[in-house]
Amino acid sequence: MLTTLAPILLQATWETLYMVGVSLLLATALGLPLGVLLATSGRGELLEAPLFQKLIGPIVNATRSVPFIILAVAIIPFTRLIVGTSIGTSAAIVPLTVAAIPFIARIIEGAIREVDSGLTEAAQAMGARPLQVVTKVLLPEALPGIIHGLTLTAVTLIGYSAMVGAVGAGGLGDLGIRYGYQRFRPDVMALVVITLIVVVQAVQMFGDRLARKADKRNI
Amino acid sequence: MLRMYDRLGFAAAVFLYVRKRLRPMIRLSNVQKTYPARRGNDAHAALRSIDLDIAAGEIVGVIGRSGAGKSTLIRCINLLERPTSGSVIVDGAEVTTLSKRDLPLFRRQLGMVFQHFNLLSSRTVYGNIALPLELAGASKAEIAAAVDPLLPLVGLDDKRDRYPAELSGGQKQRVGIARALSSNPKVLLCDEVTSALDPETTRQILTLLKDINKRLGLTMVVITHEMAVVKALCDRVAVMDRGVIVEEGNVSSIFANPVHATTQSLLADEFMEFRAGTDAATDADASATISDGQEG
Repeated sequence: MLTTLAPILLQATWETLYMVGVSLLLATALGLPLGVLLATSGRGELLEAPLFQKLIGPIVNATRSVPFIILAVAIIPFTRLIVGTSIGTSAAIVPLTVAAIPFIARIIEGAIREVDSGLTEAAQAMGARPLQVVTKVLLPEALPGIIHGLTLTAVTLIGYSAMVGAVGAGGLGDLGIRYGYQRFRPDVMALVVITLIVVVQAVQMFGDRLARKADKRNI
Repeated sequence: MLRMYDRLGFAAAVFLYVRKRLRPMIRLSNVQKTYPARRGNDAHAALRSIDLDIAAGEIVGVIGRSGAGKSTLIRCINLLERPTSGSVIVDGAEVTTLSKRDLPLFRRQLGMVFQHFNLLSSRTVYGNIALPLELAGASKAEIAAAVDPLLPLVGLDDKRDRYPAELSGGQKQRVGIARALSSNPKVLLCDEVTSALDPETTRQILTLLKDINKRLGLTMVVITHEMAVVKALCDRVAVMDRGVIVEEGNVSSIFANPVHATTQSLLADEFMEFRAGTDAATDADASATISDGQEG
Protein backbone atom coordinates (compact mmCIF):
# COMPACT_ATOMS: atom_id res chain seq x y z
CA MET A 1 0.00 0.00 0.00
CA LEU A 2 2.74 2.40 1.01
CA THR A 3 4.50 1.85 -2.32
CA THR A 4 1.43 3.07 -4.21
CA LEU A 5 0.79 5.93 -1.80
CA ALA A 6 4.36 7.17 -1.47
CA PRO A 7 4.63 8.80 -4.91
CA ILE A 8 1.24 10.48 -4.49
CA LEU A 9 2.16 11.76 -1.06
CA LEU A 10 5.53 12.97 -2.28
CA GLN A 11 3.89 14.71 -5.21
CA ALA A 12 1.33 16.40 -2.93
CA THR A 13 4.04 17.51 -0.47
CA TRP A 14 6.05 18.97 -3.31
CA GLU A 15 2.98 20.83 -4.61
CA THR A 16 2.29 22.27 -1.17
CA LEU A 17 5.88 23.42 -0.72
CA TYR A 18 5.88 24.91 -4.21
CA MET A 19 2.64 26.86 -3.66
CA VAL A 20 3.68 28.09 -0.24
CA GLY A 21 7.26 28.86 -1.25
CA VAL A 22 6.42 30.86 -4.35
CA SER A 23 3.54 32.77 -2.76
CA LEU A 24 5.66 33.55 0.31
CA LEU A 25 8.39 34.91 -1.94
CA LEU A 26 6.00 37.01 -4.04
CA ALA A 27 4.05 38.24 -1.02
CA THR A 28 7.26 39.26 0.75
CA ALA A 29 8.46 41.17 -2.31
CA LEU A 30 5.18 43.11 -2.38
CA GLY A 31 4.41 43.18 1.34
CA LEU A 32 7.83 44.42 2.45
CA PRO A 33 7.61 47.89 0.88
CA LEU A 34 3.99 48.10 1.97
CA GLY A 35 4.95 47.28 5.55
CA VAL A 36 7.79 49.80 5.50
CA LEU A 37 5.39 52.49 4.29
CA LEU A 38 2.76 51.54 6.87
CA ALA A 39 5.39 51.95 9.60
CA THR A 40 6.98 55.16 8.36
CA SER A 41 4.43 57.22 6.42
CA GLY A 42 2.55 58.70 9.37
CA ARG A 43 2.53 62.43 10.07
CA GLY A 44 5.96 63.62 11.12
CA GLU A 45 7.52 60.23 10.37
CA LEU A 46 10.38 59.28 8.12
CA LEU A 47 8.61 58.90 4.76
CA GLU A 48 5.73 61.18 5.57
CA ALA A 49 2.68 60.50 3.38
CA PRO A 50 -0.43 60.85 5.55
CA LEU A 51 -2.88 60.46 2.67
CA PHE A 52 -1.30 57.15 1.66
CA GLN A 53 -1.39 56.04 5.28
CA LYS A 54 -5.11 56.87 5.52
CA LEU A 55 -5.91 55.05 2.27
CA ILE A 56 -3.80 51.93 2.60
CA GLY A 57 -4.67 51.04 6.20
CA PRO A 58 -8.34 50.27 5.50
CA ILE A 59 -7.48 48.38 2.30
CA VAL A 60 -5.06 46.16 4.22
CA ASN A 61 -7.66 45.59 6.91
CA ALA A 62 -10.39 44.83 4.38
CA THR A 63 -8.27 42.18 2.66
CA ARG A 64 -7.47 40.62 5.98
CA SER A 65 -11.11 40.49 7.07
CA VAL A 66 -12.25 38.35 4.09
CA PRO A 67 -12.11 34.64 5.00
CA PHE A 68 -9.50 32.99 2.83
CA ILE A 69 -11.78 30.46 1.15
CA ILE A 70 -14.09 33.30 0.04
CA LEU A 71 -11.15 35.40 -1.14
CA ALA A 72 -9.84 32.48 -3.18
CA VAL A 73 -13.17 32.12 -4.99
CA ALA A 74 -13.89 35.84 -5.26
CA ILE A 75 -10.69 36.69 -7.09
CA ILE A 76 -10.96 33.89 -9.66
CA PRO A 77 -11.36 36.42 -12.54
CA PHE A 78 -8.17 38.13 -11.40
CA THR A 79 -6.40 34.78 -11.13
CA ARG A 80 -7.51 33.90 -14.67
CA LEU A 81 -6.21 37.25 -15.90
CA ILE A 82 -2.76 36.62 -14.44
CA VAL A 83 -2.17 32.88 -14.80
CA GLY A 84 -4.59 32.17 -17.67
CA THR A 85 -6.46 29.57 -15.67
CA SER A 86 -8.13 29.35 -12.29
CA ILE A 87 -7.39 25.67 -11.74
CA GLY A 88 -4.19 24.00 -10.64
CA THR A 89 -1.24 24.55 -8.41
CA SER A 90 0.09 27.65 -10.18
CA ALA A 91 -3.34 29.27 -10.14
CA ALA A 92 -3.52 28.73 -6.37
CA ILE A 93 -0.45 30.90 -5.93
CA VAL A 94 -2.47 34.00 -6.80
CA PRO A 95 -5.01 33.89 -3.94
CA LEU A 96 -2.32 32.69 -1.53
CA THR A 97 -0.14 35.67 -2.44
CA VAL A 98 -3.01 38.14 -2.27
CA ALA A 99 -3.97 36.88 1.18
CA ALA A 100 -0.39 36.93 2.45
CA ILE A 101 0.55 40.46 1.29
CA PRO A 102 -1.45 42.37 3.95
CA PHE A 103 -0.48 39.79 6.57
CA ILE A 104 3.21 40.30 5.83
CA ALA A 105 2.79 44.06 5.56
CA ARG A 106 1.33 44.23 9.08
CA ILE A 107 4.06 41.94 10.44
CA ILE A 108 6.81 44.06 8.93
CA GLU A 109 5.12 47.23 10.14
CA GLY A 110 5.10 45.79 13.66
CA ALA A 111 8.72 44.66 13.52
CA ILE A 112 9.86 48.09 12.31
CA ARG A 113 7.86 49.92 14.96
CA GLU A 114 9.69 47.83 17.57
CA VAL A 115 13.01 49.41 16.55
CA ASP A 116 14.07 52.07 19.06
CA SER A 117 13.29 55.52 17.65
CA GLY A 118 16.65 56.67 19.02
CA LEU A 119 18.31 54.70 16.22
CA THR A 120 16.38 56.61 13.57
CA GLU A 121 17.37 59.85 15.24
CA ALA A 122 21.03 58.78 15.40
CA ALA A 123 21.01 57.81 11.73
CA GLN A 124 19.48 61.14 10.76
CA ALA A 125 22.07 62.95 12.84
CA MET A 126 24.75 61.08 10.87
CA GLY A 127 23.28 62.42 7.66
CA ALA A 128 21.26 59.40 6.54
CA ARG A 129 18.67 60.04 3.87
CA PRO A 130 15.20 58.65 4.66
CA LEU A 131 15.65 55.63 2.39
CA GLN A 132 19.06 54.95 3.95
CA VAL A 133 17.47 54.95 7.38
CA VAL A 134 15.14 52.21 6.14
CA THR A 135 17.78 50.05 4.43
CA LYS A 136 20.74 50.60 6.77
CA VAL A 137 19.00 50.84 10.12
CA LEU A 138 15.33 49.89 10.32
CA LEU A 139 15.34 46.69 8.24
CA PRO A 140 18.58 45.20 9.66
CA GLU A 141 17.47 45.98 13.20
CA ALA A 142 13.98 44.56 12.58
CA LEU A 143 15.33 41.44 10.85
CA PRO A 144 14.84 38.95 13.72
CA GLY A 145 11.22 40.09 14.08
CA ILE A 146 10.69 39.95 10.34
CA ILE A 147 12.04 36.39 10.15
CA HIS A 148 9.73 35.32 12.99
CA GLY A 149 6.83 36.93 11.16
CA LEU A 150 7.65 35.30 7.84
CA THR A 151 7.85 31.91 9.58
CA LEU A 152 4.40 32.55 11.01
CA THR A 153 3.18 33.50 7.53
CA ALA A 154 4.67 30.33 6.01
CA VAL A 155 2.84 28.16 8.55
CA THR A 156 -0.42 30.05 7.95
CA LEU A 157 0.05 29.63 4.20
CA ILE A 158 0.48 25.87 4.61
CA GLY A 159 -2.93 25.90 6.28
CA TYR A 160 -4.41 28.06 3.54
CA SER A 161 -2.90 25.85 0.85
CA ALA A 162 -5.08 23.00 2.12
CA MET A 163 -8.11 25.17 1.36
CA VAL A 164 -7.11 26.01 -2.19
CA GLY A 165 -7.43 22.28 -2.78
CA ALA A 166 -11.12 23.11 -2.85
CA VAL A 167 -10.67 25.32 -5.90
CA GLY A 168 -8.75 22.70 -7.81
CA ALA A 169 -5.18 23.14 -6.68
CA GLY A 170 -3.18 20.08 -5.67
CA GLY A 171 -1.19 19.71 -2.52
CA LEU A 172 -1.54 17.89 0.76
CA GLY A 173 -4.92 19.38 1.65
CA ASP A 174 -6.36 18.27 -1.70
CA LEU A 175 -4.98 14.77 -1.18
CA GLY A 176 -6.53 14.58 2.28
CA ILE A 177 -9.96 15.72 1.04
CA ARG A 178 -10.12 13.58 -2.08
CA TYR A 179 -8.51 10.37 -0.88
CA GLY A 180 -8.87 10.55 2.87
CA TYR A 181 -12.35 12.06 3.16
CA GLN A 182 -14.23 11.40 -0.08
CA ARG A 183 -12.87 7.87 -0.62
CA PHE A 184 -13.05 6.90 3.05
CA ARG A 185 -9.33 6.24 3.46
CA PRO A 186 -8.46 7.10 7.07
CA ASP A 187 -4.93 5.76 6.49
CA VAL A 188 -4.36 8.39 3.79
CA MET A 189 -5.86 11.07 6.01
CA ALA A 190 -3.50 10.07 8.83
CA LEU A 191 -0.53 10.16 6.50
CA VAL A 192 -1.50 13.60 5.23
CA VAL A 193 -1.91 14.97 8.74
CA ILE A 194 1.42 13.50 9.86
CA THR A 195 3.18 14.95 6.81
CA LEU A 196 1.65 18.38 7.49
CA ILE A 197 2.82 18.23 11.10
CA VAL A 198 6.35 17.33 10.01
CA VAL A 199 6.43 20.08 7.37
CA VAL A 200 5.15 22.75 9.78
CA GLN A 201 7.58 21.60 12.44
CA ALA A 202 10.48 21.79 10.01
CA VAL A 203 9.49 25.25 8.77
CA GLN A 204 9.16 26.55 12.32
CA MET A 205 12.51 25.09 13.36
CA PHE A 206 14.24 26.52 10.32
CA GLY A 207 12.67 29.96 10.92
CA ASP A 208 13.59 29.95 14.60
CA ARG A 209 17.17 29.04 13.84
CA LEU A 210 17.44 31.76 11.21
CA ALA A 211 15.93 34.36 13.56
CA ARG A 212 18.29 33.37 16.34
CA LYS A 213 21.25 33.72 14.02
CA ALA A 214 20.12 37.20 12.97
CA ASP A 215 19.46 38.33 16.53
CA LYS A 216 22.54 39.95 18.06
CA ARG A 217 20.69 41.54 20.97
CA ASN A 218 21.43 38.73 23.43
CA ILE A 219 24.81 37.17 23.00
CA MET B 1 58.44 96.89 -3.56
CA LEU B 2 58.82 93.22 -2.85
CA ARG B 3 58.87 93.94 0.81
CA MET B 4 55.59 95.77 0.66
CA TYR B 5 53.95 92.77 -0.96
CA ASP B 6 55.39 90.58 1.76
CA ARG B 7 53.90 92.80 4.38
CA LEU B 8 50.59 92.87 2.61
CA GLY B 9 50.63 89.12 2.36
CA PHE B 10 51.43 88.83 6.02
CA ALA B 11 48.67 91.26 6.96
CA ALA B 12 46.19 89.34 4.83
CA ALA B 13 47.18 86.08 6.49
CA VAL B 14 46.80 87.60 9.92
CA PHE B 15 43.45 89.08 8.93
CA LEU B 16 42.18 85.72 7.68
CA TYR B 17 43.47 83.94 10.76
CA VAL B 18 41.90 86.41 13.15
CA ARG B 19 38.62 86.34 11.27
CA LYS B 20 38.61 82.58 11.41
CA ARG B 21 39.30 82.64 15.13
CA LEU B 22 36.73 85.31 15.81
CA ARG B 23 33.98 83.88 13.64
CA PRO B 24 32.06 81.53 15.91
CA MET B 25 31.76 77.91 14.82
CA ILE B 26 28.15 77.98 15.89
CA ARG B 27 25.95 81.05 16.28
CA LEU B 28 22.37 80.80 17.48
CA SER B 29 20.46 84.08 17.15
CA ASN B 30 17.02 84.53 18.60
CA VAL B 31 16.21 80.84 18.19
CA GLN B 32 12.68 79.92 19.21
CA LYS B 33 10.97 76.56 19.20
CA THR B 34 7.30 76.18 19.93
CA TYR B 35 5.51 72.85 19.76
CA PRO B 36 1.99 73.36 18.42
CA ALA B 37 -1.03 72.58 20.60
CA ARG B 38 -2.09 68.96 20.26
CA ARG B 39 -5.01 67.00 21.73
CA GLY B 40 -5.69 68.81 24.95
CA ASN B 41 -2.12 70.07 25.39
CA ASP B 42 -1.52 73.78 24.98
CA ALA B 43 1.20 75.00 22.66
CA HIS B 44 4.52 74.58 24.42
CA ALA B 45 7.44 76.99 24.03
CA ALA B 46 10.53 74.83 24.48
CA LEU B 47 12.97 77.57 23.49
CA ARG B 48 12.33 81.30 23.82
CA SER B 49 14.84 83.53 22.15
CA ILE B 50 18.15 81.70 22.51
CA ASP B 51 21.36 83.58 21.65
CA LEU B 52 24.57 81.62 21.93
CA ASP B 53 27.98 81.82 20.26
CA ILE B 54 30.36 78.89 20.33
CA ALA B 55 33.92 79.46 19.17
CA ALA B 56 35.95 76.94 17.18
CA GLY B 57 37.74 74.46 19.43
CA GLU B 58 35.73 75.45 22.48
CA ILE B 59 33.83 73.08 24.78
CA VAL B 60 30.57 74.70 25.83
CA GLY B 61 28.28 73.12 28.38
CA VAL B 62 24.54 73.68 28.41
CA ILE B 63 23.12 72.77 31.78
CA GLY B 64 19.59 72.78 33.14
CA ARG B 65 16.92 70.67 34.76
CA SER B 66 14.82 68.27 32.67
CA GLY B 67 12.33 70.22 30.60
CA ALA B 68 14.55 73.30 30.49
CA GLY B 69 14.94 72.89 26.74
CA LYS B 70 18.58 71.78 26.52
CA SER B 71 17.84 68.73 24.37
CA THR B 72 15.75 70.84 22.01
CA LEU B 73 18.57 73.37 21.83
CA ILE B 74 21.22 70.84 20.82
CA ARG B 75 18.81 69.34 18.24
CA CYS B 76 18.30 72.78 16.73
CA ILE B 77 22.01 72.86 15.90
CA ASN B 78 21.87 69.82 13.61
CA LEU B 79 18.22 70.47 12.75
CA LEU B 80 16.84 67.25 14.17
CA GLU B 81 14.42 69.89 15.44
CA ARG B 82 13.54 72.76 13.18
CA PRO B 83 13.51 76.12 15.03
CA THR B 84 10.18 77.91 14.75
CA SER B 85 12.11 81.12 14.14
CA GLY B 86 15.60 82.53 14.46
CA SER B 87 18.88 81.72 12.80
CA VAL B 88 21.41 78.92 13.22
CA ILE B 89 24.79 79.56 11.63
CA VAL B 90 27.34 76.74 11.57
CA ASP B 91 30.83 77.46 10.27
CA GLY B 92 29.61 80.60 8.54
CA ALA B 93 26.58 79.11 6.79
CA GLU B 94 22.94 79.62 7.65
CA VAL B 95 21.49 76.13 8.02
CA THR B 96 17.81 76.66 8.84
CA THR B 97 17.10 77.35 5.17
CA LEU B 98 18.76 74.15 3.89
CA SER B 99 16.60 71.97 1.66
CA LYS B 100 15.73 68.39 2.50
CA ARG B 101 18.30 67.30 -0.08
CA ASP B 102 21.16 69.31 1.43
CA LEU B 103 20.34 68.64 5.08
CA PRO B 104 22.04 65.20 5.22
CA LEU B 105 25.19 66.67 3.66
CA PHE B 106 25.29 69.36 6.35
CA ARG B 107 24.68 66.88 9.16
CA ARG B 108 27.69 64.82 8.06
CA GLN B 109 29.85 67.73 9.29
CA LEU B 110 28.55 67.26 12.83
CA GLY B 111 28.94 64.23 15.08
CA MET B 112 26.41 63.43 17.79
CA VAL B 113 26.73 61.24 20.89
CA PHE B 114 23.63 60.13 22.80
CA GLN B 115 22.66 59.30 26.37
CA HIS B 116 21.45 55.81 25.45
CA PHE B 117 24.24 55.23 22.92
CA ASN B 118 21.82 54.38 20.07
CA LEU B 119 24.10 51.72 18.61
CA LEU B 120 22.82 49.26 16.03
CA SER B 121 22.51 45.90 17.76
CA SER B 122 22.88 44.14 14.41
CA ARG B 123 26.32 45.60 13.70
CA THR B 124 29.69 44.96 15.30
CA VAL B 125 31.76 47.72 16.90
CA TYR B 126 33.54 48.17 13.57
CA GLY B 127 30.26 48.18 11.65
CA ASN B 128 28.74 50.79 13.94
CA ILE B 129 31.71 53.12 13.63
CA ALA B 130 31.71 52.62 9.86
CA LEU B 131 28.04 53.52 9.45
CA PRO B 132 28.37 57.32 8.95
CA LEU B 133 30.99 56.69 6.26
CA GLU B 134 28.85 54.06 4.56
CA LEU B 135 25.98 56.53 4.50
CA ALA B 136 28.25 59.07 2.82
CA GLY B 137 29.15 56.49 0.18
CA ALA B 138 32.76 55.90 1.22
CA SER B 139 34.61 52.90 -0.23
CA LYS B 140 35.67 49.90 1.87
CA ALA B 141 39.28 51.09 1.86
CA GLU B 142 38.33 54.62 2.90
CA ILE B 143 36.19 53.23 5.71
CA ALA B 144 38.99 51.00 6.99
CA ALA B 145 41.44 53.92 6.82
CA ALA B 146 39.10 56.05 8.96
CA VAL B 147 37.87 53.42 11.43
CA ASP B 148 41.07 51.52 12.21
CA PRO B 149 42.88 54.46 13.90
CA LEU B 150 39.71 55.32 15.88
CA LEU B 151 39.60 51.98 17.69
CA PRO B 152 42.81 52.57 19.69
CA LEU B 153 41.87 56.23 20.19
CA VAL B 154 38.78 55.20 22.16
CA GLY B 155 40.49 52.15 23.66
CA LEU B 156 38.54 49.43 21.84
CA ASP B 157 41.24 47.67 19.76
CA ASP B 158 40.26 44.30 21.14
CA LYS B 159 36.51 44.77 20.68
CA ARG B 160 36.53 45.36 16.93
CA ASP B 161 34.26 42.45 16.00
CA ARG B 162 32.08 42.37 19.12
CA TYR B 163 28.39 43.24 19.11
CA PRO B 164 27.01 46.00 21.38
CA ALA B 165 25.24 43.37 23.52
CA GLU B 166 28.68 42.10 24.55
CA LEU B 167 29.89 45.51 25.75
CA SER B 168 29.58 47.42 29.03
CA GLY B 169 27.89 50.83 29.14
CA GLY B 170 31.20 52.68 29.07
CA GLN B 171 32.43 50.63 26.11
CA LYS B 172 29.16 51.28 24.26
CA GLN B 173 29.61 55.01 24.76
CA ARG B 174 33.18 54.74 23.44
CA VAL B 175 31.73 53.18 20.30
CA GLY B 176 29.21 56.04 20.17
CA ILE B 177 32.03 58.57 20.37
CA ALA B 178 34.14 56.80 17.74
CA ARG B 179 31.10 56.62 15.46
CA ALA B 180 30.53 60.35 15.86
CA LEU B 181 34.18 61.02 15.02
CA SER B 182 34.44 58.71 12.01
CA SER B 183 33.12 61.20 9.48
CA ASN B 184 35.74 63.71 10.66
CA PRO B 185 33.24 66.31 11.93
CA LYS B 186 33.82 69.96 12.80
CA VAL B 187 31.58 69.80 15.84
CA LEU B 188 30.71 67.12 18.38
CA LEU B 189 27.26 67.34 19.94
CA CYS B 190 27.04 65.46 23.25
CA ASP B 191 23.54 64.86 24.62
CA GLU B 192 23.73 63.70 28.26
CA VAL B 193 26.50 61.29 27.26
CA THR B 194 27.36 60.25 30.80
CA SER B 195 23.90 60.20 32.35
CA ALA B 196 23.49 56.43 31.89
CA LEU B 197 26.96 55.64 33.26
CA ASP B 198 28.34 55.07 36.75
CA PRO B 199 30.68 57.68 38.30
CA GLU B 200 33.93 55.88 37.46
CA THR B 201 32.92 55.28 33.82
CA THR B 202 31.68 58.87 33.64
CA ARG B 203 35.14 60.07 34.64
CA GLN B 204 36.78 57.92 31.97
CA ILE B 205 34.43 59.11 29.23
CA LEU B 206 34.91 62.77 30.22
CA THR B 207 38.69 62.32 30.15
CA LEU B 208 38.39 60.76 26.69
CA LEU B 209 36.29 63.67 25.41
CA LYS B 210 38.71 66.22 26.84
CA ASP B 211 41.59 64.36 25.23
CA ILE B 212 39.82 64.29 21.86
CA ASN B 213 39.17 68.03 22.11
CA LYS B 214 42.86 68.67 22.73
CA ARG B 215 44.10 66.35 20.02
CA LEU B 216 41.67 67.21 17.26
CA GLY B 217 40.73 70.74 18.29
CA LEU B 218 37.11 69.73 17.95
CA THR B 219 34.33 72.13 18.96
CA MET B 220 32.00 70.48 21.46
CA VAL B 221 28.53 71.25 22.74
CA VAL B 222 27.78 69.30 25.89
CA ILE B 223 24.27 68.95 27.27
CA THR B 224 24.04 67.81 30.86
CA HIS B 225 22.15 68.20 34.11
CA GLU B 226 25.25 67.59 36.22
CA MET B 227 27.58 70.41 37.27
CA ALA B 228 30.35 67.82 37.74
CA VAL B 229 30.36 67.19 33.98
CA VAL B 230 30.63 70.91 33.27
CA LYS B 231 33.42 71.27 35.78
CA ALA B 232 35.43 68.37 34.39
CA LEU B 233 34.99 69.10 30.70
CA CYS B 234 33.80 72.55 29.69
CA ASP B 235 35.47 75.90 29.03
CA ARG B 236 32.25 77.84 29.11
CA VAL B 237 28.75 77.10 30.37
CA ALA B 238 25.23 78.32 29.64
CA VAL B 239 22.58 77.68 32.27
CA MET B 240 19.06 77.11 30.97
CA ASP B 241 15.72 77.41 32.66
CA ARG B 242 12.31 77.15 31.01
CA GLY B 243 13.58 77.72 27.50
CA VAL B 244 15.87 80.65 28.27
CA ILE B 245 19.60 80.95 28.92
CA VAL B 246 19.62 82.58 32.34
CA GLU B 247 23.35 82.74 32.92
CA GLU B 248 26.42 82.28 30.78
CA GLY B 249 30.14 82.57 31.29
CA ASN B 250 33.46 80.88 31.98
CA VAL B 251 33.11 77.76 34.08
CA SER B 252 35.42 79.03 36.82
CA SER B 253 33.59 82.33 37.25
CA ILE B 254 30.16 80.68 37.22
CA PHE B 255 31.29 78.23 39.88
CA ALA B 256 32.86 80.99 41.96
CA ASN B 257 29.95 83.37 41.67
CA PRO B 258 26.62 81.86 40.59
CA VAL B 259 24.06 84.64 40.17
CA HIS B 260 20.84 82.99 39.04
CA ALA B 261 18.77 80.81 41.38
CA THR B 262 18.85 77.86 38.92
CA THR B 263 22.64 77.91 38.82
CA GLN B 264 22.80 78.09 42.58
CA SER B 265 20.46 75.14 43.03
CA LEU B 266 22.31 73.07 40.40
CA LEU B 267 25.53 73.76 42.29
CA ALA B 268 23.84 72.80 45.56
CA ASP B 269 22.76 69.47 43.93
CA GLU B 270 26.33 68.92 42.93
CA PHE B 271 27.43 69.32 46.53
CA MET B 272 24.70 66.94 47.75
CA GLU B 273 25.62 64.39 45.10
CA PHE B 274 29.24 64.66 46.10
CA ARG B 275 28.28 63.85 49.68
CA ALA B 276 25.94 61.03 48.62
CA GLY B 277 28.59 59.76 46.21
CA THR B 278 31.15 59.43 48.97
CA ASP B 279 28.66 57.59 51.18
CA ALA B 280 27.59 55.30 48.33
CA ALA B 281 31.20 54.55 47.48
CA THR B 282 31.87 53.53 51.07
CA ASP B 283 28.75 51.31 51.01
CA ALA B 284 29.78 49.75 47.72
CA ASP B 285 33.23 49.00 49.09
CA ALA B 286 31.70 47.43 52.16
CA SER B 287 29.30 45.23 50.18
CA ALA B 288 32.05 44.28 47.75
CA THR B 289 34.14 43.06 50.63
CA ILE B 290 31.22 41.04 51.97
CA SER B 291 30.46 39.37 48.64
CA ASP B 292 34.14 38.67 48.12
CA GLY B 293 34.16 37.00 51.47
CA GLN B 294 31.13 34.87 50.56
CA GLU B 295 32.62 33.82 47.26
CA GLY B 296 35.90 32.94 48.92
